[in-house]
Amino acid sequence: MQPLIRIDDLRKIYRVGDQEIHALSGVSLSIREGEFVAIMGPSGSGKSTMMNVLGCLDKPTLGEYVLDGHAISKLHDDDLAIIRNRKIGFVFQSFNLLSRTTAVENVELPMLYAGVPAKERRRRAIEALESVGLGTRLYNKPNELSGGQQQRVSIARALVNNPVILMADEPTGALDTKTSLEIMGIFQRLNDQGKTIILVTHEPDIAEFAKRVVRFRDGRIVEDEIVEHRRLVSEIASAQEEAVL
Amino acid sequence: MNFMESIRVSLRSVKSNKMRSFLTMLGIIIGVSAVIAMVSIGQGAQSSVTSQIQGLGSNLLIVTPGQASQGGVRLGAGSANSLTMADVDAIAKQDSVAGVAPDITKNEQVVFKNQNTSTSIEGTSADYPDVRSTKVSAGRFFNKYEVKGQSNVAVLGTEVANTLFGSAGNDIIGQTININQMPFEVIGVLESQGTTGFTNNDDRVMIPITTAMNRMFGTTNVRTFYVSAKSADLMDQANIDVTTALRAQHHLKPKDDNDFQISSQAQILSTAQGVTGIMTTLLAGIAGISLVVGGIGIMNIMLVSVTERTREIGIRKAIGATRGAIMRQFLIESVMLSLLGGIIGILIGVGIALLVSKVTTLTTAVTLSPILYAFFFSMLVGIVFGVYPARKAARLNPIDALRYE
Repeated sequence: MQPLIRIDDLRKIYRVGDQEIHALSGVSLSIREGEFVAIMGPSGSGKSTMMNVLGCLDKPTLGEYVLDGHAISKLHDDDLAIIRNRKIGFVFQSFNLLSRTTAVENVELPMLYAGVPAKERRRRAIEALESVGLGTRLYNKPNELSGGQQQRVSIARALVNNPVILMADEPTGALDTKTSLEIMGIFQRLNDQGKTIILVTHEPDIAEFAKRVVRFRDGRIVEDEIVEHRRLVSEIASAQEEAVL
Repeated sequence: MNFMESIRVSLRSVKSNKMRSFLTMLGIIIGVSAVIAMVSIGQGAQSSVTSQIQGLGSNLLIVTPGQASQGGVRLGAGSANSLTMADVDAIAKQDSVAGVAPDITKNEQVVFKNQNTSTSIEGTSADYPDVRSTKVSAGRFFNKYEVKGQSNVAVLGTEVANTLFGSAGNDIIGQTININQMPFEVIGVLESQGTTGFTNNDDRVMIPITTAMNRMFGTTNVRTFYVSAKSADLMDQANIDVTTALRAQHHLKPKDDNDFQISSQAQILSTAQGVTGIMTTLLAGIAGISLVVGGIGIMNIMLVSVTERTREIGIRKAIGATRGAIMRQFLIESVMLSLLGGIIGILIGVGIALLVSKVTTLTTAVTLSPILYAFFFSMLVGIVFGVYPARKAARLNPIDALRYE
């Protein structure tokens, strides 16, 4: 089967003054449909650059990147915008919701740029919010929602255009342990339903919710392995319930 | 994202920052309202001057004395004492001429019992009502026998009648008033004619010119001849005839200049319209400068807005907004600001124009064309001064924009 993501000898070089900084120096990776990959590494390891390139926010300096059959390396800015809109859903550490805009309107935003008619937009946005358990907070603005709720809104927004891949950049970084667990539970449920997820994190226990971990150091992949003792939110939750009982 | 969606998004952003939006629009509001008010006042002045001059009558020629010269030094126009009553008869004989009304004017004290007023005493002939299309509202105008006989009869302007007789209204005719201590019988009251420029046409007393020249002012010189041509087509012919007659009457040699001037309503009209037209353009030009200043204000705020909303732009780009979509959003926002300002400015400008015509004696004319100009110009200002900030927003790098705090 053709992998969903195929990366071949990818390089990203930044030029600061007369100095060249190799943020990525020759990365090759493929991700198949239905995988749940955690990208780990210390700061400066190149994992953020990798995330930006994978998310089509940034173009590689050299190398090949094929996403769902599209050769991303050769596309222009506006084509990348369309790829981001149709193929990729983003979840950020700081939620990145539009303030002064209700939850349902935030979720409608990607469909706005996809040219979905207003009525269908509203229907699908409400559906997406209900699927992350926010059916009662449709018309609240971000500042009226808790961190966990805001992150659910941004997950709903990421999913609403039915992307082939969900990219989460430190999605639990701003949340407490209990809420983090809830969010990871949503990711695992989505992955069980077949959604491909790429998760960038520096917390090992969050990475253990994924199926595969890729570790970066100095712009290269140093480790790529299957998670052996995978944590499942459903089990943790039932264990906690037993403990309470 | 289609156009209506872009408008909705922009409108929301304008609304969410009401105070700032208003202050941004203020420059445009002031500019547009100033343009509208100024042009309305200018056009009002133009049309009132036009109608006043047209009120002179379309067949009218006005003959005034020429320049006197003393030892080769020319004095101002009208300084010569070249027009006399003998000229009247010579002009009246011309085929193209319907009537001639000589006119001399002087201010005198007019007294009735314990009331008195200082007003303009105008001596003229019986032809005056026809030549100047003037009517009496009560009584009658004096006839040519009264002019010939130097009768002491007077026709009052409405304002003089009101001042002297107050509410005694109907009993004016037949009363005796004193002008410069000479008794005059009131035989008529003129219809009200309002003002021409700074001249109040109702503040005057008409008496036979013979009485005025011989018994009151002691002069043989006439200030003005009002000559009416038989028809508008005969104006040019009348002009030539009057010139020929007066030159003959004044014994001028072929090389001599005319010692009189003839002007027609059309000439006066085009001069006056030229003057008020320049005035209107000047006023509108000055007001237009404030529109440009208003546009710079919009650009300034849009630049601030782009910086302030860098993160929002980053979010929109990350989830799929193209450069065009971002550009459109910001451009529509600036056009909306300037257009809203323009519309408010138009309303205020029209309001000012109406207010001015209500509380002052100035007439204003609110016409469609300056409103349309102001509307499209403010839209243009929004586009011109909105392009740069919008381009700046559209070219932001999504990664940097998302990281912006």
